[in-house]
Amino acid sequence: MKILVAVKRVIDYNVQVRVKDDGTGVVTDNVKMSTNPPDDNAIEEAVKIKESGKAKEVVAITIGDDKAQETVRKALAVGADRGIHVKVDGIVEPLAVSKILKKIVEKENPDLVFMGKQAIDDDCNQTGQMLAAILNWPQATFASKIEVKEKSLEVTREIDEGLETIEVNIPAIVTCDLRLNEPRYASLPNIMKAKKKPLEQLNASDLGVDTKARIEQIKVEEPPKRKAGIKVASVSELVQKLKNEAKVI
Amino acid sequence: MSVLLIAEHNNTDLRPFTFNAATAASKINEDLHVLVLGNKSDSVAKAASEIPLVKKVIHVDNEIFDNFTAENYTSTILKHVDNYSHIVCSANTFGKNLMPRVAALLDTSQVSDIVNVISEDTFLRPIYAGNAFATVKSNDKKKCVTIRPTSFDPASSTGGSAEIVKSEPGDKFESSKFVKREEIKSDRPELGTARVVISGGRGMQNSDNFKLITAIADKLNAAIGASRAAVDAGYITNDHQVGQTGKVVVPDLYIAVGISGAIQHLAGMKESKVIVAINKDGEAPIFSVADYGLEADLFEALPQFLEELNKLNSIQK
Repeated sequence: MKILVAVKRVIDYNVQVRVKDDGTGVVTDNVKMSTNPPDDNAIEEAVKIKESGKAKEVVAITIGDDKAQETVRKALAVGADRGIHVKVDGIVEPLAVSKILKKIVEKENPDLVFMGKQAIDDDCNQTGQMLAAILNWPQATFASKIEVKEKSLEVTREIDEGLETIEVNIPAIVTCDLRLNEPRYASLPNIMKAKKKPLEQLNASDLGVDTKARIEQIKVEEPPKRKAGIKVASVSELVQKLKNEAKVI
Repeated sequence: MSVLLIAEHNNTDLRPFTFNAATAASKINEDLHVLVLGNKSDSVAKAASEIPLVKKVIHVDNEIFDNFTAENYTSTILKHVDNYSHIVCSANTFGKNLMPRVAALLDTSQVSDIVNVISEDTFLRPIYAGNAFATVKSNDKKKCVTIRPTSFDPASSTGGSAEIVKSEPGDKFESSKFVKREEIKSDRPELGTARVVISGGRGMQNSDNFKLITAIADKLNAAIGASRAAVDAGYITNDHQVGQTGKVVVPDLYIAVGISGAIQHLAGMKESKVIVAINKDGEAPIFSVADYGLEADLFEALPQFLEELNKLNSIQK
């Protein structure tokens, strides 16, 4: 079995994001970038399945500018066998990402495609579902547990009401929740070894995918600021304030 | 052109967020129709027809919709979209799972999680965990939009009498099978719509200590929330998680206990009307969004809080 895992380079989750003064986006210069957190879970799960003997190969793919390669190198350092970088500059909407991934799926013929359930930059939560749609494959979104069976996966999904379990036939798309596993850290020797693993480079335009944005970003602005609050000295003062000032209890 | 809202329900009742989504949908265009896909779901179609904002209900009743899978929903939705300019639903786990599958097959770039309708094609949506708001204009002919339910008031549920039209399902999807759903039943208000929410974080230390939170939730008729750290540590189940990848809540009163206030948690609660933080670390970022901060050991503060609440004559429900 072969597993394709899609990873995205985003602003690190610990960075306090700032909006550009001219309203065209957020500041990315000199800002720490990392792999989108649930994409790390997707890689970890694929590597674990390979280690259990149920998969033969794990291929990591990223779509983005030259620096996006860092996320593939990181995936290679924690156990992916080889990488693919599809080069495209600027914002690529999930619809275009899913079309690029479809081209790669047709070329690579993976049995499973994993990715994070949502990227923490645009917060879209679309790509996996869209890829499943255009491939006409089943989708198992927001996965917190995956059991690999002979020709199917049993996936536990995190939903608003609790947990849901579904069984999807292979080939399938899985989007991963942060609770799926605990991603490992790359050791220094493995980081060195990852540099020698194959990383294929392609251009989105060579794949025949139109990546032109369908959604115009008119402006980006700061969220409304909350006015500064106060510290209270005691529980009784807190309760008095909630009752008499805020009038919420 | 008209707007088609995909109803979320349990085959008996509409789920509460469908009413919030109806409000947003009718702001896009007043000719709002609702598509109800269910199994033995006549009561749902009737409930949708009674929303005064709704002009027409399309009802498809078939056993393939028993468990609301995105695959079976999508083929039927695609059969019914011809006369609509917008397909919309709530941006909760139901809509997040479903809408991109529909959008991709319409070759539409979806607009996710909108918090305001500026015009028929322009919307406001949070990005970067709500640290920025983007105004975006969709240039697709048919637009697929998911709605952050807590940003819109629920539509009235009574007084309407829209026509209900029966229709037929699309193809059944064979490669996916529902196995089971483990819903956590509770007599408390739903987290997403509660007037008061009290949440615990890593500072609670274990699941047993959540009984301190439960006691106050009982007193205030509050829903119980949690930070991701508390859920990951197994103190409480995932359906309680508030934050960027959990639920977004906008209660009148949000009480954060033993929660440091990571960006990802703030994304789920900082629009609350009044925020209280109880934390022994005076430097915790949660205090930067709190209207009332109490720097204290929660194991002393929570029992005192309950005692003070018991002293009050009346508590708003």
